[in-house]
Amino acid sequence: MRLALLLFALPAFAQVTHQRLLNAEKEPGNWLTYSGNFAGHRFSPLKQINDQNVAKLTPAWVYQSNSLQKFETTPLVVDGVMYITEAPSHVTALDTRTGRTLWRYRRTMPDDVRVCCGQVNRGVAILGDMVYVGTIDSHLVALDSKTGAVRWDVAVADNKTGHSITVAPLAVKDKIIIGIAGGEYGIRGFLDAYDARTGKLAWRFWTVPAAGDPEAKTWAGDSYKRGSAATWVTGAYDPETNLLYWGTGNPGPDWNGEVRAGDNLYSDCLIALDLDTGKLKWHFQFTPHDVHDWDATEVPVLVNAEFRGQPRKLLLFPNRNAFYYVLDRTTGQFLLGKPYAKQTWAKGLDDSGRPIRIPGTSPTVEGTPVWPSVAGANNWYSPSYSPDTKYLYVAAREAGSIYYFGKADFKPGEQFNGGGFKAIPGEEDWGAIRAFRPATGEVAWEYKMFTPPYSGVLSTAGNLVFGATAEGQIFALNAATGKPLWRFQGGGTVRSNPISYMSDGKQYVAMTMGNSLYVFHLQ
Amino acid sequence: MFWLAPFLLFQLQQPLDIPAANPHTTAADIEQGRRLYMGRCAGCHGPTGDGGKGANLASPTLSRAAEDRALYRIIRYGIPDTEMPGSLMDSLELWQTAAFVRSLGRVAVTPVTGNAANGAQIFRTKGACLGCHAMGAEGGRTGPPLAGIGGRRSATHLRAKIENPAADVPHTFRLVTLTTKAGKTLRGIRLNEDTFSIQLRDFSGNPHSVWKDEIAQFSSEKKTNMPAYKGRLTEAELNDLVAYLANEKGAQ
Ligand code: HEC
Ligand code: HEC
Repeated sequence: MRLALLLFALPAFAQVTHQRLLNAEKEPGNWLTYSGNFAGHRFSPLKQINDQNVAKLTPAWVYQSNSLQKFETTPLVVDGVMYITEAPSHVTALDTRTGRTLWRYRRTMPDDVRVCCGQVNRGVAILGDMVYVGTIDSHLVALDSKTGAVRWDVAVADNKTGHSITVAPLAVKDKIIIGIAGGEYGIRGFLDAYDARTGKLAWRFWTVPAAGDPEAKTWAGDSYKRGSAATWVTGAYDPETNLLYWGTGNPGPDWNGEVRAGDNLYSDCLIALDLDTGKLKWHFQFTPHDVHDWDATEVPVLVNAEFRGQPRKLLLFPNRNAFYYVLDRTTGQFLLGKPYAKQTWAKGLDDSGRPIRIPGTSPTVEGTPVWPSVAGANNWYSPSYSPDTKYLYVAAREAGSIYYFGKADFKPGEQFNGGGFKAIPGEEDWGAIRAFRPATGEVAWEYKMFTPPYSGVLSTAGNLVFGATAEGQIFALNAATGKPLWRFQGGGTVRSNPISYMSDGKQYVAMTMGNSLYVFHLQ
Repeated sequence: MFWLAPFLLFQLQQPLDIPAANPHTTAADIEQGRRLYMGRCAGCHGPTGDGGKGANLASPTLSRAAEDRALYRIIRYGIPDTEMPGSLMDSLELWQTAAFVRSLGRVAVTPVTGNAANGAQIFRTKGACLGCHAMGAEGGRTGPPLAGIGGRRSATHLRAKIENPAADVPHTFRLVTLTTKAGKTLRGIRLNEDTFSIQLRDFSGNPHSVWKDEIAQFSSEKKTNMPAYKGRLTEAELNDLVAYLANEKGAQ
């Protein structure tokens, strides 16, 4: 009997091959990678839940996290099992229909964990029969996807120096790509690739140069040694160019640019790396010499579309600095850039895409008000691209900050900020879901929110866009018009990105809200 | 108010070793502390530490920060669930700011001269403050409760507020008037708001909650309904009232 059951169960738990990841669209019932596909679309081809019936969406089950830290995970779903991460670096496997726990991997953290922004984690990657998680104490761990048993565990870096991992890894071909956090600790940033089977380091790309590298000239003196440029948000991959596209974070120290004159490569860049070798093919720097902490750690969205009459391979990038960018993803050529939210720091971009700064917008000891805010016009909150409507959806944030300049003395393992920020008194911040025409950046529609969101969006073939608010509601909009169709109060600030999957012929929408994971369906 | 609670992106690192006494108190430290204070603190505590929305800092003793270490912690981490924010300055800057805050306590401040007992009477009688404000067990519900107000706001701020309340209305304060599609009209003070709904308390003290898509007409003004007392109360009565409220430290 037992054996028979096992045999019966086996076909359902097939290996997650690279081929399956490449063709994620062909199995819409699963959610196989962080953004749903390698192109960063966060689009679900499912349409059982659609603009006609979404008003009847109700919770199917709720999973309450064991942790009271911020709950930022994007669940992955494979053949009836959901894999989530919980703070600090636990992994939990859940049954997709009942929400019941199948197994859990727990990791004990040292007492003095060094992180800027919470002991958070944004999810796992899956390949073969293993689940991969990056940990706050800077390890990369491979778990057996059926039991949670540790297959291997490698140290990526040391948390004592402020290195941590919050990003969901990306599994591509035979590699696990993992970024690092620690941009507030003056670390030397990098992006790593590990052999998926053994955990052996395949390559490392340093986002900050070493002495003698040509990029070291973009940093005054030896300031590159504390250059940061972390890589804490999952990137995208294009099998045709075999390039990995990844955003890099702020230069260190955040708000004191005086100690690091120069463009500060490769901070605030999009880097395109050869997947097999880790060699840099091209880079584009959005905010040279950033002094506002505007990490370019957003999710790149890869789209093939007409641009000024020519079919092109585009990379779309709504940046934290409030500009929307379109790049040619084969060459890195800058094609278009314009503001998509209020900004007061640049007159515009020149022909090469370089910002033309407005004088007097740098942080000062007394404080300088600038838009967008330190959290940006967007942040790690995922955008979504629908091949049906051909719109790019972005959760935009309309807010400014007062930026302070401060001293910057570097001590390994201590925060290296060189200033600070606060809200602008009396300002009414707000937010909006905006639908953009990708090739022009024109806004097709906008849905206003009372305050700026801390969460991303999902679009579906059901002509829907799902988003969420800082006050704890998830909502659905008509993807073509932006008309609100459904909402639900989940009771806690939403700091995550939604997904959709199918189980036993039923479609579900899942998103963490507050400290719970909510899973919705049509009853 | 709670819906605008600061969603700190940054979490302040736990202290490693904080010395008990401020190690940075030279004239140069105090001067640098003054610059930091003017940028980050003066907006709430006033340039001289006594004129703010924040607590009076121009005092030789601070109730939450009797010791230097406590003062350092407050400047670094703020006071949870109050308007007092934390800050991301490094440890030298924190100490310099603390040194400047201590120096504020060494300058003479305009003493509160009124008669507090008399002020308590005015609060209940001529001022009719109790109609709108609770003080302990008694009082109305239109304005915020004033128990402990002297620990949160300086005398200068209290006086300015009573004389001319419209000059400094809190950022989140709104007087709301709305008519629902069903024809019901509500007027009151906003309690909470989000993308989909608004909550308010009417002037009888009753709470209401309305979906925004059920509202036909809506107006929301950042305008206080507290009357101005300059001219309504004599100088002496104002002094007494301020003395009463400034001494109203409440249970802390
Ligand atoms: C947004 C307004 C605001 C800002 C900015 C602000 N404070 Fe405060 N602060 C307050 C309020 C309000 C309180 C009283 C909190 C309470 O008890 O309700 C307070 C309390 C304090 C206290 C405790 C006083 C006591 O009696 O123990 C200290 C010390 C202090 N602040 C120092 C500072 C310093 C130094 C800065 C600048 C780095 C600063 N504050 C910035 C609003 C502010
Ligand atoms: C008609 C109602 C009303 C009356 C009468 C009234 N107030 Fe107010 N008061 C309010 C409201 C509403 C607020 C909050 C909005 C604002 O700050 O203006 C307020 C705010 C205040 C504040 C600021 C509280 C804080 O936390 O900073 C003080 C102090 C105050 N009132 C004192 C008084 C005193 C003293 C009197 C009597 C002399 C009085 N009020 C009479 C309605 C009233």
